[in-house]
Amino acid sequence: MKNELQRDVERVSLTLNVNGERSQVLVPVHKTLLEVLREDMGLTGTKHGCELGECGTCTVLIDGRPELSCLVLPVQVEARAITTVEGLAVGSELHPLQQAFAELGAAQCGYCTPGILLASRALLDVNPKPTRDEIREALAGNLCRCTGYVKILQAVELASTRMSS
Amino acid sequence: MLRLPRFRYLRPKTAREAAHMARDLGPKAMFVAGGTDLYPKLKRRQFEIEALIGLDFLDRRVDGGTIGAGATLADVASHAGVPRGYGQAAGHVSSPPLRNAGTAGGNLCVDTRCNYYDMTYEWRKAIGFCLKKDGDICLVAPSSPRCWAVSSSDTAPMAIALGATVVLASDDGEREAPVAALYRDDGIDYLAKQPHEVVTEIRLPVAARTSSAYVKLRRRGSIDFPIAGAAVALELDGDVVDSCRIVLSAVASHPLEAAAAGEFLAGKRLDRDVIQAAADLAAKPAKPLDNADLTHFWRKRMVRVVVEQAIQEAIGAGGSTVKLAGQ
Repeated sequence: MKNELQRDVERVSLTLNVNGERSQVLVPVHKTLLEVLREDMGLTGTKHGCELGECGTCTVLIDGRPELSCLVLPVQVEARAITTVEGLAVGSELHPLQQAFAELGAAQCGYCTPGILLASRALLDVNPKPTRDEIREALAGNLCRCTGYVKILQAVELASTRMSS
Repeated sequence: MLRLPRFRYLRPKTAREAAHMARDLGPKAMFVAGGTDLYPKLKRRQFEIEALIGLDFLDRRVDGGTIGAGATLADVASHAGVPRGYGQAAGHVSSPPLRNAGTAGGNLCVDTRCNYYDMTYEWRKAIGFCLKKDGDICLVAPSSPRCWAVSSSDTAPMAIALGATVVLASDDGEREAPVAALYRDDGIDYLAKQPHEVVTEIRLPVAARTSSAYVKLRRRGSIDFPIAGAAVALELDGDVVDSCRIVLSAVASHPLEAAAAGEFLAGKRLDRDVIQAAADLAAKPAKPLDNADLTHFWRKRMVRVVVEQAIQEAIGAGGSTVKLAGQ
């Protein structure tokens, strides 16, 4: 902790590929992807939770796989495709997962929802018809303090059915 | 909010270059691969560094028994060619999103853990700091001159049980060393490799006659570090044990080999009584202290259980593994 704030800040210019758009940012190298998304790019759909890799609410997809943006440095993912919850809907049309979550009340306070939507999307991309156990396993890194998970599991199943039909 | 401290991020292209940087910078720099353990610890100010040396160049491929140190734990866990127990161990590390970032090499080098150490700076300051960071005494065993933080790698015990080796790259060449030789029985100085050496590859002997399994005990089955774990690798000749290695996780400052239990099993036919006797022997050297989740008395008692289950799992007789209420 000694003299930490007296150190110079190393800034890096990065081109990040977020939701299919390339954006150039000039950011301190020690800022996490979560902080850069929210504070420098205005993408506040990705949430701050524990910031220690335990709760999963900051989940984003990196090359299609869920990772925790509170534990990723932008400099490490410059050449990779980043998807946030803002990238799920197409125009005004919600992603089938978002639609199912809204219809079934799978969100209460909604704070964990962006992370859970993205982890679910990654699952359905590789396994369009998952069993309930497979959904549980895929969402094992995402904590919800409100719902008890049942509606979340049902919503993923509903979206899976709709997307495969 | 927990922010990372200011640091420089260095991007070497090769392990040799990374080792050179690490040798130059000494304790002011650390390597980072997946960062899933390092970043939380930096946020809690458990490490004070000025630079991170990114290991993004590491090979990420998994090819049966040869695993690039940069391979994600998720890729190791889902690869059909790796020994079964090693895949199980990788698949039990932390949670799914962290396994997509955490690496095989990183899990071998993961820092030791302790209830008095893995806390925020303010918490540790309030309690007077501990021997491992900023303090003078071990808060778990105040009269002891050493640190008792717990080795918490899941893959290290399994790699040792399988007789795996690692390739360590330095700025003046490479060497291959047994994974067993990577560790010291010391909570602070827990790695026996040179600080500037980079783990670049893990080599697991793949033998058709070897069966292996890893059983892990933790509070939440979805995320936690181990509070007891057993890695078992058996070579069978029919139903008689040719050789067996049992290595325990999370019961000491290093992966703890239960050599007496392995020797006991050699030449024996595996029935229920023999397995239980081996599990009793294996649990003897485990001396968990009151510095991890749940009580150490209970963790000590559960070592026998996880060993028994791991042996049964290795020979294909595994049933339900140990679970806490509610899992």
